[in-house]
Amino acid sequence: MIEFLLNYETLRVIWWILLGVLLIGFAATDGFDMGVGTLLPFVAKTDAERRVAINTIGPVWEGNQVWFILGGGAIFAAWPALYAISFSGFYLAMFLVLLALIMRPVAFKYRSKRPDHAWRTRWDWALFVGGAVPALIFGVAIGNTLQGVPFHFTPDLRPIYEGSLFGLLNPLALYCGLVSLAMMVTHGAAWLTFKAEGMVAKRARAVGARSAIVTAVLFAGGGVLVWLGLFGGYRVTSPIVWDGPSNPLIKTVVADGGAWLANFHAHPMLWIVPALGVAAPLLAAAGFRARLEGWTFIASNLGVVTIIATVGLAMFPILLPSSSNPGHSLAVFDASSSRGTLRNMLIATVIFMPLILAYTAWVYRVLWGKVGEKSVEKAGSSAY
Amino acid sequence: MADVLLVDLSRLQFALTALYHFLFVPLTLGLSILIAMMETVYVMTRRTIWRDMTKFWGVLFGINFALGVATGITMEFQFGMNWAYYSHYVGDVFGAPLAIEGLMAFFLEATFVGLFFFGWDRLSPRAHMIVTWLMALGTNFSALWILIANGWMQNPVGSAFNADTMRMEVTDFMAVIFNPVAQAKFVHTVSAGYVCAATFVLGVSAWYLLRGRHVQLAKRSFVIASAFGVASALSVIVLGDESGYALTDNQKMKLAAIEAMWETEPAPAAFTAFGIPSQSDRETHFAIRIPWVMGIIGTRSIDRPIPGIDELVAHAEARIRNGIVAYDALEKIKADRNDTAARAVFDASSKDLGYALLLKRYLPDPRQANEQQIKDAAWSTVPYVPLLFFGFRLMVACGFALLALFAVSLWHTTRETEAPRWLLRAALIAMPLPWIAIEVGWFVAEFGRQPWIIDGVLPTFLATSELGVSDLLLTIAGFTLVYGVLAVIEVRLMLAAIRKGPEVAKVIDDLAPNADPAMQPAK
Repeated sequence: MIEFLLNYETLRVIWWILLGVLLIGFAATDGFDMGVGTLLPFVAKTDAERRVAINTIGPVWEGNQVWFILGGGAIFAAWPALYAISFSGFYLAMFLVLLALIMRPVAFKYRSKRPDHAWRTRWDWALFVGGAVPALIFGVAIGNTLQGVPFHFTPDLRPIYEGSLFGLLNPLALYCGLVSLAMMVTHGAAWLTFKAEGMVAKRARAVGARSAIVTAVLFAGGGVLVWLGLFGGYRVTSPIVWDGPSNPLIKTVVADGGAWLANFHAHPMLWIVPALGVAAPLLAAAGFRARLEGWTFIASNLGVVTIIATVGLAMFPILLPSSSNPGHSLAVFDASSSRGTLRNMLIATVIFMPLILAYTAWVYRVLWGKVGEKSVEKAGSSAY
Repeated sequence: MADVLLVDLSRLQFALTALYHFLFVPLTLGLSILIAMMETVYVMTRRTIWRDMTKFWGVLFGINFALGVATGITMEFQFGMNWAYYSHYVGDVFGAPLAIEGLMAFFLEATFVGLFFFGWDRLSPRAHMIVTWLMALGTNFSALWILIANGWMQNPVGSAFNADTMRMEVTDFMAVIFNPVAQAKFVHTVSAGYVCAATFVLGVSAWYLLRGRHVQLAKRSFVIASAFGVASALSVIVLGDESGYALTDNQKMKLAAIEAMWETEPAPAAFTAFGIPSQSDRETHFAIRIPWVMGIIGTRSIDRPIPGIDELVAHAEARIRNGIVAYDALEKIKADRNDTAARAVFDASSKDLGYALLLKRYLPDPRQANEQQIKDAAWSTVPYVPLLFFGFRLMVACGFALLALFAVSLWHTTRETEAPRWLLRAALIAMPLPWIAIEVGWFVAEFGRQPWIIDGVLPTFLATSELGVSDLLLTIAGFTLVYGVLAVIEVRLMLAAIRKGPEVAKVIDDLAPNADPAMQPAK
């Protein structure tokens, strides 16, 4: 059993799954922080209301954000070529995300340090930008990944990216950005309904009931666009050597408009994942209306999981297709770290991930309960 | 061929963002421990003054922590953004410690920091103290893994070049973790963070004592800071990362450059206390030399010589010639993956492959290099001596000054005399010193590593992404602007919180909306 777990082929697939787990962990936890940031100007009007909204995520957003940082580190360690090409290729987009995310920790911490209105309003906008911009751009990045991005390698495996920022902001990619934004807004609204009291929860419920339906419709629409072949698709045509060297120059790949549906056609069971990607947001929408707060949040989480998983399943075994040199695309079997590194990292993950989940759960339990204007006032300076 | 301007701008951006990030990290490292110690005293004695101290220094910790986290986000992604070839070339080795830092350390730190601030009313004092210690532990574990990654850049153990994947890969992960350079750097850096926090607490407490404000809190903080400071300053100096300098050619070169040792001297070598090193003349003018000292510090002996720059350059030249053999074999393997003869040659010479890559500064194919280019490449392994020479001396001077300050402060507090006003003023004036020492120390360590990004493995000028110069100019301007604004806000909030004193932790929200009391000077 251990032998099987630790062979190169299995390790690569495990790390492909873990890549998905990290992205989902990020979207499911920090996703509601970004959703709350985006919703802040709309669901909270007075300073007291804004503090309620902010303090629902105040104690936990920092830990949630580590999913993003860990995602960066884990991609670096397990998929170095993916790390190199995606972040240097999406350079200016990534720069915007960083600026937006840099504003967030500071905004949380500094907003309540001074009572004047202008000061607090400025930080509220920083929280809005820190939520909405990454939520949008992550979707745009997924949209570009689905379409393929223009890059190639030199014979020394030096990655060369050929596109530009404006190439990234194409209509299909922006469409994916909207899916992502709607999903995060719904997730944030579900969190606020679950965690906040008073007007904030009431307005969040109204927004969430609509944005959940928008999410389902946009995601289903995305499926139609893929089915029509508008996103393109890529198919590996040479025999796949699952335990071969991580060198993306020794395979052949062709662009094929139907390729992103091939895995679903080959394994019809998989259709359940995108089906849930549509059904879960609809369930959440019903939950918002029925005021089933806990169930709404669970449905929203299910939506996040299945929407992201759909993209991964559609592309497997490709990670990042190259539109200019399809043969140089990064795939699960030729863009990973060495077997030793994947194994070492898996051991570290097996040790630490259960610990992380355990203490995170404990912290959420300690912080259990609704946040309202009274509780924020009572907490005084320990609240944001 | 790399664009020189692109490389310089990439380095500038990394230096700016790393140096800026490291304004906040050392204080976080030390203050988290100091706060945890204060809270422990509270839990043991149940005297509320210690809880007030924990909360007050906790507020200042939080203001600083926010920027440390914010600027750390940039660091995690900047390797991929600006150093794509580096990321591909060494991600297999360098990425793992970064990822484990997230798993083992940053999750711990970030999850419990929220509870540190929000958990006062929800946890028993003992449980809250444990939360504080876990946060401090996470912070310090972070430093461990980051320095394991950095230590590997200085001394790339446990790894080898794989000709099939054209990159460095791990061969012995335990060697990477227990890299002696990384261990020495960890102790040195973390202790420097403790010195930083001790100086900060000492200085702020001295300011209160000079003004006769919050005397109970300030006195206790002064005592704990001076004791913590003496221990940490001794640790920084005695356990400095001197021990790593004998290990590799590049570390030896760094030491020779720091000491401006242009030539190997008979053992034991003299220490150049002062002088004006000249890179072009390859000698140190007006040198004041103290016999024997360098040899004893550098080798802990009186009979082993310390190699000078000339000897190390000759060594580099030999490795370049062997590296060309490796480069030639690698090209043959790329043309025919089954060329076993070429693989045998490569296996024997691949440890010097990086030295051949130094020639890419002068021509695309190292195999075509002429004698002059090989000599130039060998001399390019010498970092710029004057900056290292003076930088190192500045760092050491700051370190000893702080040790003296802590020692005198501790001496006064143990005699239970009032600390004299001149000492309090000295503590106040000394506040910038740890930051100067730390930033200069980072510079000496990383600038002294040049021309390598990974010692002996990959030259810095080959490691960047293929970006446009305009992209770099835009991001440098953007980071400078945003970081600049945030620095101003941070310092103002910090000063306002210090002026307000301990009640900042109690009443800030009860104030009238327009009074803006944080901006008023203290009475």
